[in-house]
Amino acid sequence: MPQEHRLILRHTDAPGYAPDIECYQRHGGYEALRKALASSPKELPDGKKISPQEQLREDVKLSGLRGRGGAGFSCGIKWSLVDRRSGKPIYLICNADESEPGTFKDRQILYKDPHQLIEGMILSCWANDVRLAYIYIRGEFPAGAKILNGALKEARAKGFLGKNILGTGYDLEIYVHRGAGAYICGEETGLIESLEGKRAYPRIKPPYFPAVLGLYMCPTIVNNVETLCAVKHIVTMGGAEFARLGTPNNTGTRIVSLSGDVKRPGYYEVEVGKASVGELIFHENFGQGLREGRQLKAVIPGGSSSKVLKAGEKFKMKRKSAEGQMVTVDVDLLDLPYDFDSLQAAGTMSGSGAIIVLDDTRSMVDALGNVSEFYAHESCGQCTPCREGSLWMSKALDRLSHGQGRKADADYLLHIAQNIQGRTICAFGEACAWPVLSFVRKFKDEFEARGAEQEARRASAGTTEGTSTH
Amino acid sequence: MSFEVPSELEAELDELTTHYPHKRSASLMFLHALQEHFGFISSEAEEWTASKLGLQPINVHELVTFYPMFRQEPLGRHQIKVCRTLSCALAGAKVVRDAFCHKVGLDLHKHGPQTTPDGLYTVEFVECLASCGTGPVVMVNEAFHEHVTVEKAEQILAGCRGN
Repeated sequence: MPQEHRLILRHTDAPGYAPDIECYQRHGGYEALRKALASSPKELPDGKKISPQEQLREDVKLSGLRGRGGAGFSCGIKWSLVDRRSGKPIYLICNADESEPGTFKDRQILYKDPHQLIEGMILSCWANDVRLAYIYIRGEFPAGAKILNGALKEARAKGFLGKNILGTGYDLEIYVHRGAGAYICGEETGLIESLEGKRAYPRIKPPYFPAVLGLYMCPTIVNNVETLCAVKHIVTMGGAEFARLGTPNNTGTRIVSLSGDVKRPGYYEVEVGKASVGELIFHENFGQGLREGRQLKAVIPGGSSSKVLKAGEKFKMKRKSAEGQMVTVDVDLLDLPYDFDSLQAAGTMSGSGAIIVLDDTRSMVDALGNVSEFYAHESCGQCTPCREGSLWMSKALDRLSHGQGRKADADYLLHIAQNIQGRTICAFGEACAWPVLSFVRKFKDEFEARGAEQEARRASAGTTEGTSTH
Repeated sequence: MSFEVPSELEAELDELTTHYPHKRSASLMFLHALQEHFGFISSEAEEWTASKLGLQPINVHELVTFYPMFRQEPLGRHQIKVCRTLSCALAGAKVVRDAFCHKVGLDLHKHGPQTTPDGLYTVEFVECLASCGTGPVVMVNEAFHEHVTVEKAEQILAGCRGN
C-alpha cells in the first residue's frame, strides 16, 4: 500500500513540536553535525588519505541525492564541479525563494523546523569549505525570515555556528537575505545577481556557472531547502542507506505538494518513485480522489511550468520483462511512478514536486490563461523573445477568455511559444513556453472551438448590427 | 515632510551591511526596512540608501521599479493581497478578491493595487504565495490567512477595523 515515508517532515506536524532549538535537540537535532565534525581522515587501501569533508562529499554522491528545486540535478556532482583551486572564497546559498506555482513544501520546513535546514546547511558548508553562506528567502515569507533569524541566533549561542564551531576551529556565518516578490530569483544566477544588490537578471552560461563564477564572481553552490535538509539525513544514515530509499537513480524521499481539484490537497513526503501519479491523486493516504461526480481532465505534474498531461494519455516506457529483457510498454498517466526519470520519459518533468489536478469542469483555455498571466508578470525583461512573447501569449489567452478570440489563436499561441523556447538566457523561456505548447497541442479542439464560437458570435452580431443601421 | 531615518533604524541597517563582503548586497534589505518604517520608498529614501551604500540613486531606483514588493507611493494601512495564481484561482480566489473590493468600496474591474480614499485599505491580486494546498490564501500586511471564503473575508475586515 502506498504511504508516506516521513524523513524530513518526521516531526514537523507532531503535537507539541516547536521550531526552537531545545525541541530540535530533544529530537536528536545537531547530532549529525557532531558526528561529522568528530570524524577523522580515512586511509584508503592505496595509502591515500581522504579528509572527513571529502568523505561527506563522497557520501552525498553515493546517496544519489538529486536537487529538489526543479532541475533534479545530482547534488554530489554539483558539489564536485566547485572550483576549489581558485584561491577565492567558496559561498553557499540556500534557495528558499519557493515560488513555482503549486509548490508549498519548503514553507513547511522553514516555518516548522528551521534548525533542520540550518544543520543541513552547516554540514554542507563544512563539507565544501564554505565560511559564509546565505539563505535567500522569498519576500512573501516575512514570518519565515523572522523564524530563521531567531533560529540562527540560537545556533550561534550554542556554538553550532560562528567562530570555532564545536571547538574544531571551523568558522561559519549564515545570514538571511530577503527577496522582494520576483519569481525569477528562483533561477540560481538571477538569485545571485539579486543577492549582489542588483536586478535579478539571470547570467549567461557559459561562462557564469555558479560553481566557478557565482556570487561576487567566486565559486558558489546554490541548493534548495529540501536538498540541504536531505544532507543532514545522509550524514545520519549514511549515503548507501539513503540510496536504498526510493528507486534506482531516484533515491531518498521527496515532499510532493498536491493541489487543485482533489478532495485532500496537501504535502506528502514519499519515497521517490514508490507512489504513482494515480495513487498520489486517488489513494486514501494522499489526495483521496476528485470531488463527487467529477472526472480527471489533466494533471500538471511538476509546478506550473511543467508540460501538462492529459487524462488517458499513454507513454512508451522501457521496462524489464519477467525474462529480464528490456521491453517497451504502454504506461497510462495514472500508472507513471512519480519520479524524476519517469516524468521525463513522459515528456514532462517532476520539477519542484508540485502536482496540480484539473477536473472535467475546468476550461483548459482559462487555466492556461491564468498560468500565462503569471509568466507574463514574472518575465525579467532581459531577453526580447520572453519579455514580448510571454505578454503576447497572455494577451491572446485573455482575449479567448473574454469573448474576443479567434479560431486561429491556437496556432498563433504555438507559433509564439516555439519562438521563445531555446532563445533566451535562462530556462524561464521554457517555463513560459512549455505550458502553452502542451496545453494547446493536447487540447487543441477546445482552444479552436472556443475561438471559432467567439468568431461566429461576433459575425452574427455584426450582421444584425449591419441590418439595423442601414 | 523631511526625510529622517531614526538612529536605531540606521544602526540596525549599519549592522546589516556587515553581513556582506560588498555593501551593495544590502540594498534589498535596506529597502525592506525603509518601506516598513515609512510605508513606501520615496526618492529621498532611494538617495539615502544610495549614499549609505556608495551607489548612484539610479542603482537603487532600478530595484524599486523591478521588485514587485516595493512601492513608490503610500498604500493603505491594511494591505490585502489575494493570491490569483492557478491553485488559488481554482479554489475561488476571484470571488474572494471581488468580495474584499466590494466591501471596502473599490472597483471590481480595475487592475492593479487600489487604495480606499480614507487610506485604510489597499486590495490587490498578487502572484503565488506558496500555500497552494490551502487556497484561496490572503496576506493582510504580514498576517497570513488560508481557506478564505467570502464569510472569512468579512471576518478579516472586521479584524482590521478593530485596530
